[in-house]
Amino acid sequence: MIDFVTFIRLHADQLLRQTITHIGLTIASLLLALLIGVPLGMLVARYRRLASVVLGTAGVLQTIPSIALLGFLIPLLGIGPGPALTALFLYALLPIVRNTYVGITEVSPAVIDAARGVGMTNAQILRRVQLPLALPVLFAGIRTATVINVGVATLAAYVAAGGLGEFIFGGIALSNVSMMLAGAIPAALLAILFDAGLAWLQRRSVRSLRVSAIALVVLLPVLSGFMLRPGGSDRLVAGFAHEFYGRADGYPGLHKTYGLQLTPRLIDQNLMYEAIHREQVDLISGYSTDGRIKAFDLRVLADPSHAFPPYAAAPVVRQATLDRYPELASVLNRLAGRLSDSVMTQLNYQADYLKQSPQAVAREFLEKAGLYRKPAPGERTQTVVMGAKVFTEQYILAELYRQLIEGFTNLRVVARTGLGGTQICFDALRTGAIDFYPEYTGTGLLVILQPPAPVLKKLPMQPDSVYRFVADAYARQYRLTWLRPLGFNNSYALMMRQEQARRLGIQSIPDLVRYLDQPR
Amino acid sequence: MIQIEHLSCTFGRLQAVNDVSLSVGARETLVLLGTSGSGKTTTLRTINRLVEPTSGTILVDGVDVRAQPAPALRRRIGYVIQDGGLFPHYTVAEAIATVPTLLDWSPEAIRDRTRELVETLRLPDSVLGRYPHELSGGQRQRVGLARALAVRPPVVLMDEPFGALDPFTRRHVRRELFGLNELSETTVVLVTHDVGEALELADRIALMDKGRLVQTGTPGELLTQPANAFVRDFLDDRPRRPTA
Repeated sequence: MIDFVTFIRLHADQLLRQTITHIGLTIASLLLALLIGVPLGMLVARYRRLASVVLGTAGVLQTIPSIALLGFLIPLLGIGPGPALTALFLYALLPIVRNTYVGITEVSPAVIDAARGVGMTNAQILRRVQLPLALPVLFAGIRTATVINVGVATLAAYVAAGGLGEFIFGGIALSNVSMMLAGAIPAALLAILFDAGLAWLQRRSVRSLRVSAIALVVLLPVLSGFMLRPGGSDRLVAGFAHEFYGRADGYPGLHKTYGLQLTPRLIDQNLMYEAIHREQVDLISGYSTDGRIKAFDLRVLADPSHAFPPYAAAPVVRQATLDRYPELASVLNRLAGRLSDSVMTQLNYQADYLKQSPQAVAREFLEKAGLYRKPAPGERTQTVVMGAKVFTEQYILAELYRQLIEGFTNLRVVARTGLGGTQICFDALRTGAIDFYPEYTGTGLLVILQPPAPVLKKLPMQPDSVYRFVADAYARQYRLTWLRPLGFNNSYALMMRQEQARRLGIQSIPDLVRYLDQPR
Repeated sequence: MIQIEHLSCTFGRLQAVNDVSLSVGARETLVLLGTSGSGKTTTLRTINRLVEPTSGTILVDGVDVRAQPAPALRRRIGYVIQDGGLFPHYTVAEAIATVPTLLDWSPEAIRDRTRELVETLRLPDSVLGRYPHELSGGQRQRVGLARALAVRPPVVLMDEPFGALDPFTRRHVRRELFGLNELSETTVVLVTHDVGEALELADRIALMDKGRLVQTGTPGELLTQPANAFVRDFLDDRPRRPTA
């Protein structure tokens, strides 16, 4: 609770900016949906044959998961308020069109007949009879759309359009409950407030409705002004994941080590690669062995001062298992040093982009490396259980180990792939549910060991020093053995498009800082 | 005042009105009488073009109704339907002002005319700000009539105007309303299936059956010289003739 209050106090200006952006996004998309949706609803009420087509289309749009919709829109509209507003507009459309249509069509035919009978034209019937009588139903639709949009607008943070989602998703990525609540509570309050405001407006006369409509239209440019996000002022546009921007070993570490100063746009980490590929940003924070580095021809900037802690991959094995099957260690170590960053990136690329199975990718690699052996026939009575986390790289590693062990030993391998997270893998290993799994030194250090700050400060962030520290601590505290590292390092990395990096002569993070500091 | 010549209306395969010719004199009250589905309402609705005839012509005041835009025509013809046909979101004052507003009357003229009608129809002043659901059935009917009479139209069309009222109130309201000078100076075409109502209100009755006109004449003529068995049966349905 105290944490929360402190967080709010420290980030008041950010919170205010996010809230205003959030309101701006919600209202702008809502007005757009009203401007299009109400006439559309009137049109389909007039031409009923269109109704099923229009309402059906709007209904289908409604069922597209919001993050998928944003994914579709990025290639068309780039990142920023464009795709966010469009997605929000599409979500608001259905309740507004449908309720306009239902409101109008449910006006009693006797009333319409009377209106025609006294000599009203169709336009007069619509304006003086149908719309006023449809208003309560229409209003219910607007209120539904508003509440939906306040919620969906949090997703704007995924596409660098800001809003309260920045705190919510940043908080989730960083496991920072105060930050999460600082976004979620205002968002919930906004939804309640908007709903109450509309309910109040509904009870007012038509004249005050007109006044508030005009007020909104006048206010809109002011509100949308806040949606123009900072980020265009740098020589290169950076798009960072929320987690990277907040974590001590992410952007703050870069700032401390190299003096890098950027106003990044915050964006979902999967959409980030798409955004740099489409040249909507020039610099992203990725993971150094991601297959998309190869797919999109990106350059990973060198990190000579080791601002990013090393995340060297190596198998972690129960000492008890090694004692029982002494041959296992040497077999697993056959892969040691064989997988460089670029090799691992290539393997991830084959699996993620060329859609080859991890099994085929592993087999091909082992054959090329001369490590493939056909499993010897015969019954295998002794079993080792292997674990893996739930992402491509780990599936490939698991497959490599399985084929290796089956080729070089008489052990049977049982794979428990898809373990959801470091803590789960670690606990499974400790209790003996699995015998080994591939882990990363930085993760072992920061997630499992969590040494106190003074110890961390003294530890040099070099690959081998971190490896030694982690291996020692694991052996001492848990009787778990880190075998030799595989060679690659799946850590945070800054990356640019190869072509642009070459043109600007940027190869490393210091090059980048120098480039950014040049006067224009 | 109204001439209907060889009127036919076909909806798909249904012949709703079949070769009907009629004329209604100025200040006359003509009652279209018949069973449900006899074509009487359709005939009425062709006069203000709520239904467009398949063939035939209709003249109001010597002018073909199709010679002018339908809304303009309808503003000059009063229209009263069951339960008044009032708009739920209009107050009584707004309801009475409906047609004058469409015809761009000045606010003063509308206010004067409203006061006049409220007085004539013996509605209390307090109803002016009320909505239809706050009125009694009889009051709604009067407001409906006030709306129809607001611009002093030469012709008023009424479609089962008293249909929603209980028999006692119905008798009461219709006597009161048809006693008004406003109405007796107007040409009225009224649709009903209530023989008693027809006999009481009509100067002339046009009895319809299956889309055709069976007999036209004063109530006395229909009673004493029925054209055929159908007419006799239809009117004999009532054991006695109410004294009007």
